Amino acid sequence: MLEKTIIEKLEAVAGKENVLTGKVDLVAYSYDATADLPRQAPDVVVLPTSAEMVQAIVNLARSNKIAIYPRGAGTNLSGGTVPLKKGIVLSFQKMDKILDVDAANLTAVVQPGVVIAALNAAVAPHGLIYPPDPGTVATATMGGSAAENSGGLRGLKYGVTKNYIMGMEVVLANGEKVRFGGKTVKNVTAYDFSNLFVGSEGTLGIITELTAKLIPAPKYRRTLMGVFKTLADAGNAVAGIIKAQVIPATLEVMDRMTIQTVEDFAHIGLPTDAAALLLIEVDGMSEDVVSAEAEAVMQVVADNHGDLKAANTDQERDQLWTARRNALPALASLNNTVVLEDATVPRSRITDMLIACEAIGKKYNLTLGTFGHAGDGNLHPTILCDKHNKEELSRVHQAVDEIFQVALSFGGTLSGEHGIGVAKMKYLGDELGQSGLNLMRSIKESLDPEYVLNPGKMVPLREV
Amino acid sequence: MATTTKTLPARPNKTYHDDLAIVREELDKCMKCGNCMAVCPVYGADRVETAVTRSKIAVAEAVLDGELELDDPQVYEMLFNCLVCKSCMTNCPTKVNFDRIMLALRAALVRKNGLPWLKKMLFSTLKHPRLFDAGLRIGAALQPLAFRGEKGGKAISPRSPFGQVGSAIGFDADRQLPGLTVTPLRDRVPEVVKVAAAKMKVAFFTGDSLNYFYPEAGMDLIEVLTANDIEVHIPKAQSCCGVPVLVHGDVDTVRALARNNLDTFDQTGCEYLITGCGSCGGAWQHDYIELMAADPVYGPKAEYWAKRTYDISTFLTKVISLRPPLGRVDRVVTYHDSCHLKKTMKVFAEPREILKSIPGITFKEMSAPDACCGSGGSYVLSHYETSSIIGRKKAEDIKRTAADTVSVGCPACMMQLLDNVHRAGGQQEVVHYISLLAESYRKERSVEPITR
Repeated sequence: MLEKTIIEKLEAVAGKENVLTGKVDLVAYSYDATADLPRQAPDVVVLPTSAEMVQAIVNLARSNKIAIYPRGAGTNLSGGTVPLKKGIVLSFQKMDKILDVDAANLTAVVQPGVVIAALNAAVAPHGLIYPPDPGTVATATMGGSAAENSGGLRGLKYGVTKNYIMGMEVVLANGEKVRFGGKTVKNVTAYDFSNLFVGSEGTLGIITELTAKLIPAPKYRRTLMGVFKTLADAGNAVAGIIKAQVIPATLEVMDRMTIQTVEDFAHIGLPTDAAALLLIEVDGMSEDVVSAEAEAVMQVVADNHGDLKAANTDQERDQLWTARRNALPALASLNNTVVLEDATVPRSRITDMLIACEAIGKKYNLTLGTFGHAGDGNLHPTILCDKHNKEELSRVHQAVDEIFQVALSFGGTLSGEHGIGVAKMKYLGDELGQSGLNLMRSIKESLDPEYVLNPGKMVPLREV
Repeated sequence: MATTTKTLPARPNKTYHDDLAIVREELDKCMKCGNCMAVCPVYGADRVETAVTRSKIAVAEAVLDGELELDDPQVYEMLFNCLVCKSCMTNCPTKVNFDRIMLALRAALVRKNGLPWLKKMLFSTLKHPRLFDAGLRIGAALQPLAFRGEKGGKAISPRSPFGQVGSAIGFDADRQLPGLTVTPLRDRVPEVVKVAAAKMKVAFFTGDSLNYFYPEAGMDLIEVLTANDIEVHIPKAQSCCGVPVLVHGDVDTVRALARNNLDTFDQTGCEYLITGCGSCGGAWQHDYIELMAADPVYGPKAEYWAKRTYDISTFLTKVISLRPPLGRVDRVVTYHDSCHLKKTMKVFAEPREILKSIPGITFKEMSAPDACCGSGGSYVLSHYETSSIIGRKKAEDIKRTAADTVSVGCPACMMQLLDNVHRAGGQQEVVHYISLLAESYRKERSVEPITR
């Protein structure tokens, strides 16, 4: 519990209506979207409405040794916003204004609480898009997705959040406010601060404004689906598409278990004897180019013994997407807990990784389905389990350990898009080694020596 | 294994309305993914986590785990800051039946503390002068339920919370309420409206809103049915569907109302039950089954009628094939999807099909037609500010269509739209979609040429 005087000071800074201390308020900010993590209620929730307010709160917290947990919409998947050490949850839900849409410079300036889909709705009339599209675009905030460096379904062709953040305003742990980057395409002034703070998971500074890059919306697209009898055929098709010099906007894969579960769940006529399914979408500014790319993809699918479906109307496109859209809901319907991982491997090892995940599921006698972004090697092995069954949970933890080991052995990484947070912190040394951990700690401590910002995430707390 | 006797599926001995622990299974389904945030109208207006579904589920878990008390003022304030619009359920990847969670919590609260707390809570929100008008109108909608013993109707439980609320703020005179100075629908028509050569007979469940506030829309619905050679039974013994009290956790009253309605409609001998309100239709299609699941007599009756209940639009387009309207109605019309009509009864294509078939109507779809209007029955009364923010957004969407008429399939939404459209400076007339079909039929009878 915080002293009453601290709460009063917070109320003086942020306004009484933006400081929440009720038991129910605290329960509501005790979780994020990560499965299998303990909840922790904060001491207080503060909803700032300006960067100056954030500075005052940071100063107050630092001088009183209170932890600050910045939070967007709380849809993150690695425990990044759970207030482990209690203290202050700093929720940006009320800083949700789009400050500027500049069609001439292809940029937008936003407050951190702007929902990604709201930005896209605002730039659509200009024929522009903000491409990063994590599964939570309709709820996740720009600040949260920048802090987590979110990916999404279009990563292969369009990149991820870090490719679209051109500038920022950040409040540092020392209370200073710093601005860097901006509307210029080129900028080599000073260190590349944007790339330091994007993906820092709120551990280095608090983002209070963002300048985002926009691109013209693609005018044409074709959607195709290939169903394969063997994983090898599907894997070869992925390689074949890239070899044919086509970079699809979307290149998604679903394994046998996921296909069967989706079919049982949604009855959309998927062949349940299939070993893998690919959903492929090509897009672009010219009809000719998009058609040629679609033809090339169809040829590759046929060459690899795939059963091909092509959408010619929006309605048909929607039908093809139904399978992928239902992947997570269908798997989730099998039990009460969904452990969703995002181990990522080089594209060429996708088939090996799919086979390994299936084997790990069998080895630990778990319900495991894998789907994900085959085009960029980012897979989502998904384990369905019962949170009330301790013995099963311990097998889940062993399986997850092994999934990470395998991903690393294939030259991959622990996390393609969900981040480290608390959920994957213990594996960090496996990928980075001691020198990497030391680098993490020296960056953290040079910017936040007292561990005020999101303590307990990414960089372990120093033992007292 | 061969067997000669068929066993009926076992009835549970209680439902989630009687025991909060039953909803644990629903709570367990929630992943806290936050997809509900994208569609929850209350979250859209309030912008705090406590407004959204997943936090209410987290709080329900804390209550079941003994970490929070159900009657903690903050807990029940949060529980009632929900429209029960079911929008979250349409966007939920794990298909959590959040309506059950919410109803179970509210029923548990009433079991624990009785009903007087509700009166206190509603009053605390009534202090705001702007609420008074809205309060009167909603209170009036509920008034008959609390006060007016209808001829032949079963007595309404005096425990109804609205009796207490209503009487305390002086809902004793109809004359204060313009909507109630007119003759109610069921007093305007005989119990059986016959037609010359009836090809079918159906029973019409009017619901209170059509009966007391929009009797003209009710008359239009009957007129449309008779224009299609259908005999209409409107039993006078029918009572409120009970949804307004169900959402306040008054399970005893809603069950009494349900039993009365089930008995009353059994006596009509009709094959179909027609509604013109999504909440009423939803009660007959779903709520009665769930409320009566443990009742060996009324459980089967509820199941019988659930299968025979249709919104008027579905009946006209799917059960029969409506007589094509020929009279010209020169209007630009948009359509608002009422939550309970679309999200509970799954009716959304049929009203549009009917509207588009009427000569002269230009149909304009609004953006987000199925976004909640913010009415939520008595929510508009208890949470006027939030309700207005939601309603204003809807009114702006309506305005942008440049339609002159906004059609709806649910009377509660009609009231909310009327208020908000006018506050937003819109000129649109708010009508039940069935009234436009009736208008077309009438024009054709007045020998107006179809084409000029």
